[in-house]
Amino acid sequence: MLRYVFKRLLTAIPTLFIIVTLSFFLIRVAPGGPFDLERPLDPKVMENLNKIYNLNEPLWQQYLIYMNNVLHGNLGPSFFFRDFTVAEMFGNGLPISIEIGGYALLMAILVGGMLGVWAALKQNEVPDYAVMTVATMGITIPNFVVAPILTLLFGVMLGWLPVGSWNNGAWANKILPIITLGLPQVAVVARLTRGAMIEALRSHHIRTARANGLPGWMIVVVHALRGALLPVVSYAGPAAAALLTGSVVIETVFGIPGIGRYFVQGALNRDYPLVMGTVIVIAVFIMVFNLIVDLLYALLDPRVRYD
Amino acid sequence: MTDTRTPLLDINDLNVHFSTNSDKDIHAVRGIHMHIEKGETVAVVGESGSGKSQVMMSAMGLLADNGWATGSVRYEGQEILGLSRRKLNSYRGSKMTMIFQEPMTSLDPLYTIGRQICEPLQVHQKMDRKRAMARALELLELVGIPDPKNRLKSYPHEMSGGQRQRVMIAMALANNPDLLIADEPTTALDVTIQAQILQLLAELQKKLGMAILFITHDLNIVRRFADRVYVMKTGEVVEEGNTKTIFDNPQHEYTQMLLSAEPEGRKPAPAADAPILLEGKGVNVTFNITSGAFGTQKHELRAVNNVDLRLHQGQTIGIVGESGSGKSTLGRALLRLTNVSGEVMLDGEDMSHISKEAMREHRKRLQLVFQDPFGSLSPRMMVGQIITEGLLVHHPELSARERDLRAIEALEEVQLDPSMRNRYPHEFSGGQRQRIAIARAMVLKPRIVVLDEPTSALDRSVQKQIVELLRDLQEKNNLSYLFISHDLSVVRAMSDYVMVMKQGVIVEEGLTEQIFDAPRELYTKQLMAAAFDLEPISA
Repeated sequence: MLRYVFKRLLTAIPTLFIIVTLSFFLIRVAPGGPFDLERPLDPKVMENLNKIYNLNEPLWQQYLIYMNNVLHGNLGPSFFFRDFTVAEMFGNGLPISIEIGGYALLMAILVGGMLGVWAALKQNEVPDYAVMTVATMGITIPNFVVAPILTLLFGVMLGWLPVGSWNNGAWANKILPIITLGLPQVAVVARLTRGAMIEALRSHHIRTARANGLPGWMIVVVHALRGALLPVVSYAGPAAAALLTGSVVIETVFGIPGIGRYFVQGALNRDYPLVMGTVIVIAVFIMVFNLIVDLLYALLDPRVRYD
Repeated sequence: MTDTRTPLLDINDLNVHFSTNSDKDIHAVRGIHMHIEKGETVAVVGESGSGKSQVMMSAMGLLADNGWATGSVRYEGQEILGLSRRKLNSYRGSKMTMIFQEPMTSLDPLYTIGRQICEPLQVHQKMDRKRAMARALELLELVGIPDPKNRLKSYPHEMSGGQRQRVMIAMALANNPDLLIADEPTTALDVTIQAQILQLLAELQKKLGMAILFITHDLNIVRRFADRVYVMKTGEVVEEGNTKTIFDNPQHEYTQMLLSAEPEGRKPAPAADAPILLEGKGVNVTFNITSGAFGTQKHELRAVNNVDLRLHQGQTIGIVGESGSGKSTLGRALLRLTNVSGEVMLDGEDMSHISKEAMREHRKRLQLVFQDPFGSLSPRMMVGQIITEGLLVHHPELSARERDLRAIEALEEVQLDPSMRNRYPHEFSGGQRQRIAIARAMVLKPRIVVLDEPTSALDRSVQKQIVELLRDLQEKNNLSYLFISHDLSVVRAMSDYVMVMKQGVIVEEGLTEQIFDAPRELYTKQLMAAAFDLEPISA
């Protein structure tokens, strides 16, 4: 198993290299540059700026410089947020995004999983229909609609929770963002779990367990749920990567200083180092979580072997 | 039998219904009475759809969600029908246990078999894990699993079907039940394995003294093991009695039909100078299997190994073997439906090296009928379309009207009402569907038909009809058959020449009587013994 992990990590290196290279050139294909404003800058100023940031060098040389820096752990300065390096920005924002996304993920798996199991056990009865209706709504109503409604309800009308802002990460300020971010995931996980559980409960080995007189909880938890978790796990991997790297909408609506905004801001401002930094962070997260999913698969299902 | 004794299991006026999407409920079991005494062996016999399994499913509380049972099922005088799951759980798994038809899927793939055998022990006898494991080891020894100590740690996918059924039996015996219900316990297994499992059950019964109830369609099992028999048809018990009485003197016509359903008659060999239609010389089929993370390890699996075969006009060669023997692959190789090395000659013309396109030209002379009449007919096409689809390719000159006439002719040939050609496959029974599949092959007027287990998915009585139909068609059209089957009684009735296959190799071949009356190879003898040995083992 360790050998497999090592092998996977080794293959991640060329993958990452290709992703970084492609992104480096693609972002530069987009018209415009980092210092193009509505009113053009003085050509002299422009030239100096380009010189400082090596933008006057041929593209391949800029690429070599960038790659050299990245290999030395230097993601470069942000072109737009002039007082910060990209590394500093992620150092500040990433823990916040991970915290919010992590709780949202936890909520998705626990609440969604339980709702899904409940719906499966009560298939075609009221709880099933209720859970599935809520789940469908959770998937279809976009979070930029849910966020203001929740704020209006809990912040303005009931006054239980703050309306927005980060407030240095006070607990009360985190609750609404976590719920808003987690709700659609709860819905997806509930649907997936329900489907997988229904199928699992119909399988022959469940009939054997019933014929053996095993108690109901044992049949559900021990024999049905473990197998039913497999599709949930394969969904949760990429979903985790997406949740933990922040959400533009949630961060904008609730005023959270996470990293979700950077991708949009970086791209709009042609902030090349910031875009590249975001790409690298997201790519690493996706690769790590894909590996975790594969390992969990082997843990859950003895038929999966990687040696 | 004394009437004062309480039976072990007493079923009275049991009815089982299933609700369906249409407003008509299915009445699967219709007011039946049944009883099983301590230590007795009872068989419930019937064809598919007779409701024989549902009787015991209701007793065990295992009916599907849309099914319900009414009436009475008493275990040692206690009513158990309609008990809460919790109360029922004190009976099932400890006093009465069940093994099923599907050994491959009846065990949980995610847990070791040791753990799974422990579960009923821990639940019913409140054993701790250590004592349960010790008992599980005993049980594995009892059911004859080799190297039981290590097998405790094995997962189901690491075991064969026969071994998994032994594990199921071990699990069912864990709490020393009074009644073991065996629902078609050997149907999914190869014949030699079937014999072993039945032998095991007989020995265990002798040793442990529990009652066994067989639910089966296999009259061989009944004759060899059962003290008493219930014959079921469309939800009712049509006849019951001692096994010997029923076999010697069946009263109900359905029982008589079941008993005479063994395919009869023999196929005479074609004239010695009949021309050779299909010839294979040194036929090999190999599959490359890659494993390892990057497909680095490769090895070859030789599914068909150096087989020589000559099929004369009007001849039927029966190819016999157990699952995995390569018999179906051989059939497909001769039709060039799989990559093959060696020589395959059709009418003296070498087909082994021609292209797929050139091969298409020959296809109308070579037809194939599959095992599964449910999966091999497109559910979205009408029977007429299914039958005439091949004509579109091979006889594009025919008009729609001419094709329709050919469909009528083909349906009449397989003794189906030609007006059925405007209906869809799901409206037909298994036997009718297999007739449609045969009509689809016959409409092209082939010279050679490969029949790949065409009767295995069918009930015995239907099998007999299909066998007779195939023989009639052969005689009428001077066809040659390659008949692939694991079912020896059907092979005997169909073929004039038999080849026995094992692990890709022909181990023995010869005229049918020769093979059946005087088999030479040990493997052939084992097959014959497993299929035809009617001596009761548990005398």
